Amino acid sequence: MKKIKTLILRTAGTNCDMETAFAFKQAGSGVDMVHINELIRKKSLLSQYQILAIPGGFTYGDDVASGKILANELKFNLSDQINRFIFAGKPVIGICNGFQVLVKMGLLPDTGEVRGEKIEATLSLNDSGRFEDRWIHLKSEKEQGKRKKCRCIWTKDIPEVMYMPIAHAEGKFIPKDEKSLNLLKSNGQVVFRYTDSKGAPAGYPDNPNGSVDDIAGLCDPSGRVLGMMPHPERHAIYLQHPNWRRFPDRRKEMGTGIRLFENGVKFAKNQL
Amino acid sequence: MKQARIEVRDKKGIYDAVAEGLKQDIRDLGIKTVTGAHYIQVYTLRGDFSAGDLRRVAAEILTDSISQEYNCGKGFYPAPSGGVRIVEVAYNPGVMDPVEQSLAKAIKDMRLKGIESASTSKKYVLNGKVSRAEVDKITEKLLYNKIIQHVVREQETKKELAAYKFERVEIDILGAKDADLKKLSREGQLYLTLLEMKAIQKHFRKLRRNPTDCELETLAQTWSEHCKHKTMMGAVVYNGKKIDNLLKETVMKVTRDLKKSWCVSVFKDNAGIIRFDEKNNICFKVETHNHPSALEPYGGAETGIGGVIRDPMGTGLGSKPIINTDIFCFGMPDMPAGSVPKGALHPKRVMKGVVSGVRDYGNKMGIPTVNGSVCFDERYTGNPLVFCGNVGIMPREFSDKIVSSGDLIVAVGGRTGRDGIHGATFSSSELTAESETISSTAVQIGNPITEKKVLDTLIKARDLKLYESITDCGAGGFSSAVGEMGEETGAEVYLDKAPLKYSGLKPWEIWVSEAQERMVLAVNKRNLKKLMEIFKSENVEATVIGKFTSNGKLRLFYKGHMLTDLDMSFIHDGLPKVARKAVWKSKKEDVDTLPRKKKDLTPDLLKVLSTWNVCSKEWIIRQYDHEVQGGSVLKPLIGVDNDGPADASVTIPFLDSKKGIALSNGINPSYGDIDPYWMAASAIDEALRQITAVGGEVSKTALLDNFCWGNTEKPAQLGGLVRASQACYDMAKVFGTPFISGKDSLNNEFNTGKKTVSIPPTLLISAVSVIDDVEKTISSDVKASGNLLFVVGRTLQEMGGSQYFQVNGKKGGRVPRVSPLKSKNIMKSVHTAIKKGFIASAHDCSEGGIAVALAEMLFSGGMGARVNLGKVPREKRIDRDDVLLFSESNSRFIVEVPEDKEKDFLSEMKGRPCGLIGIVSADSRMTVDGLLGERVIDADINKLKKHWKKPFGKLMHEKN
Repeated sequence: MKKIKTLILRTAGTNCDMETAFAFKQAGSGVDMVHINELIRKKSLLSQYQILAIPGGFTYGDDVASGKILANELKFNLSDQINRFIFAGKPVIGICNGFQVLVKMGLLPDTGEVRGEKIEATLSLNDSGRFEDRWIHLKSEKEQGKRKKCRCIWTKDIPEVMYMPIAHAEGKFIPKDEKSLNLLKSNGQVVFRYTDSKGAPAGYPDNPNGSVDDIAGLCDPSGRVLGMMPHPERHAIYLQHPNWRRFPDRRKEMGTGIRLFENGVKFAKNQL
Repeated sequence: MKQARIEVRDKKGIYDAVAEGLKQDIRDLGIKTVTGAHYIQVYTLRGDFSAGDLRRVAAEILTDSISQEYNCGKGFYPAPSGGVRIVEVAYNPGVMDPVEQSLAKAIKDMRLKGIESASTSKKYVLNGKVSRAEVDKITEKLLYNKIIQHVVREQETKKELAAYKFERVEIDILGAKDADLKKLSREGQLYLTLLEMKAIQKHFRKLRRNPTDCELETLAQTWSEHCKHKTMMGAVVYNGKKIDNLLKETVMKVTRDLKKSWCVSVFKDNAGIIRFDEKNNICFKVETHNHPSALEPYGGAETGIGGVIRDPMGTGLGSKPIINTDIFCFGMPDMPAGSVPKGALHPKRVMKGVVSGVRDYGNKMGIPTVNGSVCFDERYTGNPLVFCGNVGIMPREFSDKIVSSGDLIVAVGGRTGRDGIHGATFSSSELTAESETISSTAVQIGNPITEKKVLDTLIKARDLKLYESITDCGAGGFSSAVGEMGEETGAEVYLDKAPLKYSGLKPWEIWVSEAQERMVLAVNKRNLKKLMEIFKSENVEATVIGKFTSNGKLRLFYKGHMLTDLDMSFIHDGLPKVARKAVWKSKKEDVDTLPRKKKDLTPDLLKVLSTWNVCSKEWIIRQYDHEVQGGSVLKPLIGVDNDGPADASVTIPFLDSKKGIALSNGINPSYGDIDPYWMAASAIDEALRQITAVGGEVSKTALLDNFCWGNTEKPAQLGGLVRASQACYDMAKVFGTPFISGKDSLNNEFNTGKKTVSIPPTLLISAVSVIDDVEKTISSDVKASGNLLFVVGRTLQEMGGSQYFQVNGKKGGRVPRVSPLKSKNIMKSVHTAIKKGFIASAHDCSEGGIAVALAEMLFSGGMGARVNLGKVPREKRIDRDDVLLFSESNSRFIVEVPEDKEKDFLSEMKGRPCGLIGIVSADSRMTVDGLLGERVIDADINKLKKHWKKPFGKLMHEKN
């Protein structure tokens, strides 16, 4: 069996690296946590890995805008390496702050339709105007059937409605315009939407930040680059579920966030 | 050098949450003329750059092209016309602005070499017919704090602070008279007593020379109440009887007496250390940051949590912080604006600032805030209390440290600036309306990312054993850190080597500055190179600033000039000892004068649920990340809707193990007015009840004390402190719970100019307990209809200080007492029953008594109950339902037991006061029948919950 190695990118302010590493290890991957300075110093390093994860945190303190300073750093120092990584068909995941970084680099949504200007969306200050930590329900888009099937390789065969926490101040998804939004939908790039517990659209606090069209997670057109505000790594074991004590008979349905990581690792094993 | 402004604002049509929040706050101020508000972020770049460079920075870094637009010219409102008011606010020179550093980094990544620096300011645009006076009021109350910021009146050029030109300053004290010494102490912000000043004079007379400014500052810092704990560690004559060392004879004595094998290091290091598992120890520290938070709530609270996180980082050879806890005491948040005394901020503003400070620092450090508490009393208005705590974990082998002669002194992390000068001495004095002007340098703004970087690299260096000892720079800065580390060896420090934020600092300022995010290491020369490489690899600044010697002296140098030459023994032991006078007069036992009898107690329950002390704190809790690190297995918000109140928190430090840590806090200032002894006893009982309620074990629990008192120079205040300390000993001894660390903050008084308001005597007890198997822990929400409800523990008529008395306007009364042996036995039985799986949920009875505990369990679980008070264990004389429901007697729990476990449960409770009171129902009604069988409470749980959530919802204008 091929051994998969995941690189978890670290820099000043990264803080979900340990639990992300735990989730990837549980899913069967080897994991290294690598500081960005090391990646910049040794540019060939990234290509030795099969999966790239940009974890949550407050890189550079969320200064100016969340994810912006790290996006800028990656763009000016490692964009060739990252583009080659993606081009080689390797999966990438950005969670919370990692999602913000991917969006602000223009790697997501990257509909492929807009030439010249790559920034097609943003994640901005929650409507509540502040950081919030709460458990939310997510519906994966592929289940809605009508539109083009979601191509995301990270979400194959996951439960229709997932449950996991969000913890952010800047998670409100705003697309560039109506056209970009429609493209996202028709391309099958919308991966997760905030819903109520039954999977139906709902307002605050089910949609915790005011995201347009309740969008919580996106992939690129290839389906391999996933970005999402909620934290699947914080629901990788049942003990993390807020109500594991209430429903002792439903423990098998808990800890489902791990499925995303398993999918990523499985994909890498099969395809690379 | 060029200077150019870039302004950034949200595009039209984008929801501007900052401006919306501001509009609401303006309405809350009672100003109705503002029809619109906009927020503009301003950046000022300096250097030699082209217009193209400027636009690139604006477009590529500063502006979000989707939601924002920029202006590189004269700004969005170059000439305000009628109907538009503009206020721009910037940081004062020397105040930390973390954005500047990040921006400099981004510009460097873009390789734009000409831009030398960037600073930020905030511009607010107000629309409407707003008067000048209204603008001033909005500015002062909402937009800035003059301690750290100023209103920009015209284009500012960056003022370079003048370079410091060395000058040796000696202070003539050899011939000084008493009045001169007093004046010197006051005007120099040394805050030393005459007796202490005379001890210094005597010492220097012996040396036949005058002290330098550095030497005086060193002594003032080391001898400050904040650092030396002169009162708690000093002698007291209590009601005529001498106690040599209050702390050693009470709180510390109990730990010695109990001899718990799992106590690894107590009252010695920056945090107390206990055993966690075969391989690891945990450490815990809680401390306060009251005075800075009074003046600048955001910065004060931020640096409070930032500082306490550095304690576990500097305990042993360094631990990894894994849990935060925060406890606040504020004035009434709905206080009329006109009643706020001059020099004090409105309690709501204090609360919002404190919460966001703790939020930003704790969240950015990546440490979950899983437990806390908030108390309200109008006496906290001018002097709020901000307690911050942190638990760290470390491999056992790193629990000890030793400094050797010859080790280098390495400063790591943030640079030294003028921030926080005299923090240690300032916090040891009373707050007044003038505090904000004289003590502005005592307040700081933190940079959590700097601290996070230090943490990441420290752990790496620790694991490679690259340093011998470590401590954090807290109050007193280098002076305190180096002074403590070198107490046994001696030390010399070259102050000119310390990296500075800006030029112009005098040597003594460098020495006592309390600039944040700094640690001090003792490093063996052979490891220096490797150590420095680790810090450099993640952009952490580290500098050798001196070395530990073997001559027992503290010597400070600046560019070759020796500015301090003092014996360590005089610094640490030269403080004259005084015996302070303490008096306590026991009042005659108060009889409870009960409110008139009522048939229906539902309205009282609703009222109590809506008091500031009892009501939901969800607005605060949600702003803290309580999930980061992934180990939060009993969260602060619980129940079907994740919004019920939890007792203790439970955290697993390792995601692949079931071993956990329970953490709780007990605090009840409203009892302290009646008797601090029983307040302290109640706080201990409460903290232990919460640990028990989740399944923890008292015999595996360690305690922390935090005393916050008024001016203990007043014998009655000190008398109360002695009583509280004695209660700590008496209770902990019987419970078998050692104290492992603690702190005290005295002189918590606010002088309004007319009178001095002292805070209520406040003791916070924090408890930490090791849980063997977190799967056996339980939460407080009821789980299933048909389950039985029991009250365990006896209810006494103890209504003094109770929430019921407060909503009914009653004062005095019998304060809840603790019978520690009985309490311990109850807790032991409850613990065993939980461990054996007989209990589905448990909640401790505290503020609001049985009624509130029951309501909280039910609405958290989304179920109702049929309850009858007939079998509530109680003292005989109680014949009233309100007393049974609302008395706040200690050592009581409500537990939910599945019907098939009833027998097992009852046999476990043998010998304990325990009574069946009802049954959980599938509907949403909570009904309670009284002693005479009549219905005294009948309410829908959703209504109860709504009332419980209302105060913060209303205060913060929550839509949900």
